[in-house]
Amino acid sequence: MTQTLKSPPDESPEPPAGRRWWRDLLALARNTWRGLTSMRTALILLFLLALAALPGAFLPQRGPSPQAVQDYFTAHPTLAPLLDKIGIFNLFSTPWFSAVYLLLFISLVGCLVPRTWEQIQGLRARTVAVPRNLSRLPHHAAGTDPRSPDDVVADTRRRLRGWKLDVREEPDGVRTVSAERGALREVGNLVFHMSLLALLIGIAVGKLFGYEGDVIVMADGSEFCNSGILSYDTFRPGLQVDGTNLDPFCLDVDRFDAQYRPDGAPESYRADVRYSDAAQIADGAAPTPATIQVNDPLRFDGERVYLIDHGYAPQFTVTFPDGQQRTQAIQWEPVNPSTFLSQGATKFDRPGVTDDATRRRTQLAITGLFAPTSSGGGVVTSTYPALTAPEVAADVYRGDLGLDSGKGQSIFGIDQSMVDQGRLVRVDRQNLVPGQSLTLDDGTTIRFDAVKQWVRLQVSHDPAQDAVLVAAIALLVGITLSLTVKRRRFWVRATPTAPGARSTTDGRTVAAGSSVELGGLARTDQAGYGEEFDRLRTDLLPDRPTSRHETPPRTDPDEAGPGDHGGSG
Amino acid sequence: MNVDAPLGDFGDVLFYSALAVYILAMLLHAVEHGMLRRVASAEAVPAAVPAAVGAGGGDEPGTTTVVPDDPAAGDDAAGDDPAPAGPRTRDGRPPRPASERFGRMGVSLTVLGLGLHIAMLVVRGVAADRPPWGNMYEFVAAVTLVGVLAWLVVLFRRPELRRLGVFVLLPVIVLMMLGGTVLYTQTAPVVPALHSYWLAIHVTAAVISSGILLFAGVASVLYLLRSVHDSNGRMAWTAKLPGAAVLDRVAYRATAVAFPIWTFAVIAGAIWAEAAWGRYWGWDPKETTAFIAWVVYAGYLHARSTAGWRGRKAAAVNVVGFAVMSFNLFFVNLVVTGLHSYAGVG
Ligand code: HEM
Repeated sequence: MTQTLKSPPDESPEPPAGRRWWRDLLALARNTWRGLTSMRTALILLFLLALAALPGAFLPQRGPSPQAVQDYFTAHPTLAPLLDKIGIFNLFSTPWFSAVYLLLFISLVGCLVPRTWEQIQGLRARTVAVPRNLSRLPHHAAGTDPRSPDDVVADTRRRLRGWKLDVREEPDGVRTVSAERGALREVGNLVFHMSLLALLIGIAVGKLFGYEGDVIVMADGSEFCNSGILSYDTFRPGLQVDGTNLDPFCLDVDRFDAQYRPDGAPESYRADVRYSDAAQIADGAAPTPATIQVNDPLRFDGERVYLIDHGYAPQFTVTFPDGQQRTQAIQWEPVNPSTFLSQGATKFDRPGVTDDATRRRTQLAITGLFAPTSSGGGVVTSTYPALTAPEVAADVYRGDLGLDSGKGQSIFGIDQSMVDQGRLVRVDRQNLVPGQSLTLDDGTTIRFDAVKQWVRLQVSHDPAQDAVLVAAIALLVGITLSLTVKRRRFWVRATPTAPGARSTTDGRTVAAGSSVELGGLARTDQAGYGEEFDRLRTDLLPDRPTSRHETPPRTDPDEAGPGDHGGSG
Repeated sequence: MNVDAPLGDFGDVLFYSALAVYILAMLLHAVEHGMLRRVASAEAVPAAVPAAVGAGGGDEPGTTTVVPDDPAAGDDAAGDDPAPAGPRTRDGRPPRPASERFGRMGVSLTVLGLGLHIAMLVVRGVAADRPPWGNMYEFVAAVTLVGVLAWLVVLFRRPELRRLGVFVLLPVIVLMMLGGTVLYTQTAPVVPALHSYWLAIHVTAAVISSGILLFAGVASVLYLLRSVHDSNGRMAWTAKLPGAAVLDRVAYRATAVAFPIWTFAVIAGAIWAEAAWGRYWGWDPKETTAFIAWVVYAGYLHARSTAGWRGRKAAAVNVVGFAVMSFNLFFVNLVVTGLHSYAGVG
C-alpha cells in the first residue's frame, strides 16, 4: 500500500518561539497539500461531485433542453428564478460545480505524482526477502525433497515462469526463492487515474475551442457554407471561439429521403449531400458526394455534420396584377412530430414597389397548416408523415407584416400585433392541393406549386474529441487491470538436510536432500489465490496439504479484517 | 423490420412462467431459511470446521450464529477452501437435513426459471427482430436475468451461500412484477435513432453491469443488517445470514466485476451519442444519472481502501449506488424527459 492511503498526519507540535513566519506558512501549505491529496479527501470530493451533479437529474438544463427550462419557468414562476440565480439550470458550468472537479483534479495530480514515482522505483527494486517464519503466512506448506536445494531452486524457477523472482542464499547452504506477480494491478490503477486526468483535460479543451451550430437547409440543392456565426440559425461557441475563423467548408443538400412504417413510425432518414473542404474550395475542385444518416454523420477534416431534423416547405408562386411573379419555398415547422402536420408563414413583398407607405399596404403572407398526407375534408389534418397527399390550409394576409419594426419575428408565423391593430388583414382562406391556386380581390393569384423538404443540420467541431476517446479507452483498460489482476507473493526456502545424518554404516553419505517450506501471500484479494498456491504446492511438494491460518498475521486492505466490522458483540 | 406479434405474446407467457417459478423458488428458500436453527456460536462451530474459519473471521464469540446444518453451509470462511468436512452422523455419513433439501429444490427451480427467462428474451428478440432490450419491460427482464445468473455463478463457486436465495430472488421478483405490469410494452421495433449496433453494445453492457450490481446491492444490504446485529444483537434473524465478512467480500467482488463493465457501458453510450446526437456528452438527465452512479461506485471502491471507511460506511455507499441505478431506471425514464425517451411506456 502506498502512503496516500494513510490519513494525513496530525498537526505538527507547536513551533518553537522565534520560528520564522514563512516556516509556518510552509508547514501550513504542506499540511494543506497532504490533506488535499489524501485518500479521504479524494473520497469526500467524489461524493461532493455526485451530490453536485444530482440536481441535473431532476431539473432541466439549458444546454440540452432549453424548452424544458422555459416550461419549468412557466410552471414554477417563483421558484425558477431563485434556482436560476444559483445556476441550477446551467449546473455543469457553475463555479461551484467547476470548483469540485478542479479540486478533484488537483487532488488527483497530488496523488498520482508520488505514486508513479514509487511505482517506478518499485520496478527496479528486488522482491521482498523470504520471511523468517513461513508457517505464519496465510498459505503455507512444508515437506522434504530428495534433491539438493540448488535443484529445488532451479525447478522452482522453471515452474514460476512469468513471475518476478529473486534467488537468495542464506547461511548453511540454504537457498530461497522469492517471487511476486501481479504488479500490473498497480500499473492499471495508475493508468486509470492518469486517463481520468487526461479525460478531464480533453473535455476542458473541447469546451474551450469547440463549437456547435444548427442550420436549416432546403434539400433542393441549396448550399450552406461554414463562413461564420451568421451562417447559422443558432450557434453555441466554446469559450475561446469568437466565430471569426471557422474552418471553411461548403455543403450542398441535394435530396432528403425518409422512410416510414405503415403505422407512421419513422424507419430511416437520409440526406444526399456534396461537400467541399477548404482545399477543394481553394482549387475550385468538384465537391465530394456523401450521405448523412441518423447515427451516421458526415465526418471530414475534424468537422462533423449531423442530420438532426427535417420538415416540409410548401412552395407558392404569387402572380401580381401587373403580371410579375415571385416564387418562394421556406421551411414550415412540424407541430406534430408523428404526422408532421406543420405550420408556417411564407412572406412576399410586392415587386417594384419603392415607396415605403405602399409597400406596407401590399405585403402578403401565406400562413396556416400544411399536411403531408391530408385527411381531406374542410379541416386539414395530417394522417401520415410521408408526402402522399399534401394539402395546405392557407390563410392569406395582406398589409404591413411589421418586418421593418426592428423587432425580430418568427419565420414560422406573422406578427399577431399587426393583425390586432388592423394593419394586417386576412383577405382569403382556402384549402389547396399542389397545382391549385386562389385569386385575391385585387386579381393577385397564389398558386400552391409543390412541396420541398428541408433538413436541419448540426455542425460540430471539437478538436479534443479523439483524445478524449483515447483517454476513455485507456481508462477502461486501466480499471479492468486494476480490479482483476491479483497481486501475490510466493516464497520457497530449501534447507539442505544435515549432511551425515543420513550416512550409512559403510561410510558413504547419501546425496543430501532438502527440507522445503513454501509460503504464499495474496496482497490484494485473498480469495482466489488458494487454488494457484495449491497447484504450485502440488508441483513442488506432492502429497503435502496446505495449512492455513484462522487469522492471518496480516490482512490486506481489500480483505476486511475482523476489526473492521465492529463485530465484537 | 417485421414484428411477429403472436411470437411476442408467447414470450410474455414465458416471462410469467419464469416469474412464477422464481416465486416458488423463493418460497422454498424461505422455508429453508426458516428451518435453520440459531444457537450461541460458542457451541455452534463444530470442531471439524475451524480450518474453514478463515481470514474474514466471521463469527465473534458471544454472537449467535447458525448451526452449519449441511456440509457446505457451516463456514463463514474467507472462502477459497474446498468445502470442509462437516459434522457427521454416527454411521459416518453426512446428514442431509430438511432445510438443505428445500434449499436444493429452491436452487433447481431457480435454474428452471432461468431457462424460461432466457427463452423469453430469445423469443422476444426473434419476434421483434432486434436485441431484446429496446424498452423498459425488456430491459428489466434482461437485468433480472443477469442478476439471477450472477447469483447462480456465485452459488456454484460458494455453495455455502445458498441461504441467501430468498433475499436475492425477492428484488428480482419485485422488479419482474413491475416490468410485467407498469412497464409492460408490446413487441415493437425501435425508432431510427436506436438503429445502431452501438445500441446492442451499450445497452448490453448496461444490462450486464446492472444485473451484477443488483446482486452486489443485495449483499451489501444484508451485510449492513448482519453487521448491525453483530454489534448490538438486534434483528436476531440476521444471525442466520452468512458472516459479515463473507457478505462484504461477495459484495465487493461483484462490484469489482461490474464496475469496469459499467464504465464500458457509459463509454459506449458516449460513442453512440456522438454518432446520433452530435456530442459525446450533453448532461442529458439519463447521462447525468449514469455519471452519478459511476462516481458513487468509484466512491465505494475507494472507500474500501480508505481507513475509517471500510465496512459499514463502504457498504452504505454501495447501497446508495444501487439506489441511483434504480432511480435511473424508473424515475429518469418515466418522469424526467430527455433524449433517452425510448422507454416505450404509455
Ligand atoms: C476523479 C476521481 C477519482 C475516481 C473516479 C477514482 C476512482 C478509483 C477507482 C474506481 C478505484 C478502484 C480501483 C481498485 O480498487 O483497485 C480507485 C483506486 C484508488 N484511487 Fe482513485 N479515483 C479518483 C481520484 C483519486 C484521487 C484524487 C486519489 C488520491 C488520493 C486516488 C487514489 C486512489 C488509490 C490510492 C487507489 C487504490 C486503492 C487500492 O489499492 O485498492 N483516487 N480510484
